[in-house]
Amino acid sequence: MIKIKGLHKSYRIGKNSLHVLKGINFNVEEGEMVAIMGSSGSGKSTLLNIIGMLDVADEGEYTLDNIEIKDLDETKAAKYRNRFLGFIFQSFNLINYKTALENVELPLYYQKVPRKERQEKATQYLAKVGLTDWIKHLPSELSGGQKQRVAIARAMAAEPKVLLADEPTGALDSTTSNEVMQLIQEINDEGKTILVVTHENDIANMCKRIVQLKDGVIIEDKIVEQVRALAHV
Amino acid sequence: MLLFNRDTWQEIFGSIQKNRARTIITVIGVLWGIFIYIALSGAAKGLDNGFEEEFKDVAMNSMFVWAQQTSVPYAGFKTGRAIQLKLENVDLLKSRIPEIQFIAPRIVKGVFGGDPGSIVRGDKSGTYNVYGDYPVLAKIANQKIYEGGRFINQGDIEEARKVCVIGERTQKELFEKAENPIGEFIRIDKVFFKVVGVKKYEENGGGFGDDGDIFIPFATFKKLYNTGDDVGWLAIAAYDNVNVVKVEDKVKKVLKKTHQIAPEDERAIGSFNLGEMFGKITGFSDGLTFLSLVVGIATIIAGVIGIGNILLISVKERTKELGVRRALGATPSEVRGQIILESVFLTMISGVFGIVLGAFVLRGVDAATQDMDIPYANPTVPVAYILGALLIMVVLGTLIGLIPAQRAMSIKPIDALREE
Repeated sequence: MIKIKGLHKSYRIGKNSLHVLKGINFNVEEGEMVAIMGSSGSGKSTLLNIIGMLDVADEGEYTLDNIEIKDLDETKAAKYRNRFLGFIFQSFNLINYKTALENVELPLYYQKVPRKERQEKATQYLAKVGLTDWIKHLPSELSGGQKQRVAIARAMAAEPKVLLADEPTGALDSTTSNEVMQLIQEINDEGKTILVVTHENDIANMCKRIVQLKDGVIIEDKIVEQVRALAHV
Repeated sequence: MLLFNRDTWQEIFGSIQKNRARTIITVIGVLWGIFIYIALSGAAKGLDNGFEEEFKDVAMNSMFVWAQQTSVPYAGFKTGRAIQLKLENVDLLKSRIPEIQFIAPRIVKGVFGGDPGSIVRGDKSGTYNVYGDYPVLAKIANQKIYEGGRFINQGDIEEARKVCVIGERTQKELFEKAENPIGEFIRIDKVFFKVVGVKKYEENGGGFGDDGDIFIPFATFKKLYNTGDDVGWLAIAAYDNVNVVKVEDKVKKVLKKTHQIAPEDERAIGSFNLGEMFGKITGFSDGLTFLSLVVGIATIIAGVIGIGNILLISVKERTKELGVRRALGATPSEVRGQIILESVFLTMISGVFGIVLGAFVLRGVDAATQDMDIPYANPTVPVAYILGALLIMVVLGTLIGLIPAQRAMSIKPIDALREE
């Protein structure tokens, strides 16, 4: 599903250049659930951003579902993001003046899905994350866990090929974290490819594969026995 | 099409409603601008209409010329010689100056220091100015005659008939209320005249004139008062497409030559020209219109800049939201379009409210000044002005919206998302 070869990325900070990714080779098959781990500054977020087409690599190849991702301008990147990728953020990033339903509708709106179909789909995904009773609520009326579930529904609504989660439980307590991870695992069970960036071992162990990053290179890439989130509750 | 999509508008309403205070203040800014614009240009138009109303019965390019005393010795005559205009000057002027359309010699008893005529009817009497006139006068300054009557005609002149046109005050003072004066006789300086018309009094811009004036045929006047071929002054109307100021110069030149007045003598021939005066007034109201346009448009611009300013702040506030939208697949042009549309929409809404408010105020002022004696009538704003203002607003709204839109574009989604 994802093929990355010789990926390099540097940031220029003043006169110094900071080499963040120093040649990443990394493949993800369909249906995998991969945790990308590393301490802060290891380049894990940069990698996720490049995979998420929010950032562009300086060097290297990136293929997503057999489509070579290169020469991205903003418009093209926006279209690819919209069609291929679902994002889950640490701080949820819901639009605060839109209801849960409207938030979930948003990626479909940018896909130009007709209004009625959009609403149906969004309602369906909100039901899937267990928020049927909350579709008319604003984010400010929801708990952290509920907000993240809205965000997951939003990421799913566009039916992306890959779900990218950046510290999805970073802002949640452990119980809620488990609930959210359970949901993510269930989505993975249905065959969706998921990448989770985290620095928590607990969360990483709930994935099927852990990729360790340090100083811009992959130091470890191992298949692990998945810990089901359900067991923790 | 972005513009006719219900969703586009829903997005715009959503973000406008999100911050009501911001929206209201923004709207008031532009609303005030367009209101000032409408109120000012409407008022200017009202004044313009008012002036036009005042002068509508006078040929704008008309002039008056009269004779005074010389102030320069010339051709053996010493200074201080009184000049008398004569009837023969009329034909001379007409033949020498082709730009003259109408020329009416006039003479009056009263007004210029002389005694007015004494008028008697039965036991009622009074003194009124008596004018000797030609029918052509009506072509220069419209003479409104009440129904059933007429002004002096050519027959009156040819036969030197003893007929007269009286003013409305004269009618009131010499006749009973229910009495029809037409066909009745009044005595002007001991001679009986038959009343043929009553003139409606109107300010004619000539400067003199009174609601008690009596008009008799010129030919009758000269017999009655034994004035021979003397002419008091000449009323002259030039053709519409000629400059009456030039005609005035020519008329004076011709008159100076025939009356043997020094060409440099500025005092011997007096003149007054309505075109110039009217030009000054229309110049004044043109200036006012121009000023109101400039002020109004400047205020609109200020308001639209306010919208841009506030949108700029709101884009900053919404950095994260815009980042999320872009992460979810909004293309740069969609984000830009949304912000520009917000700008244009706010501008238009405020504009329409401003126009309505301005129209109400203009109407109110019009109603309040209806019975007052000021030149102000029917203050309207031409549709072209309104459309122009709306066009300016759309264009400016778009241009000003480009700034925050561009700013929104310059924020990378990744940076926007990182911002907490």
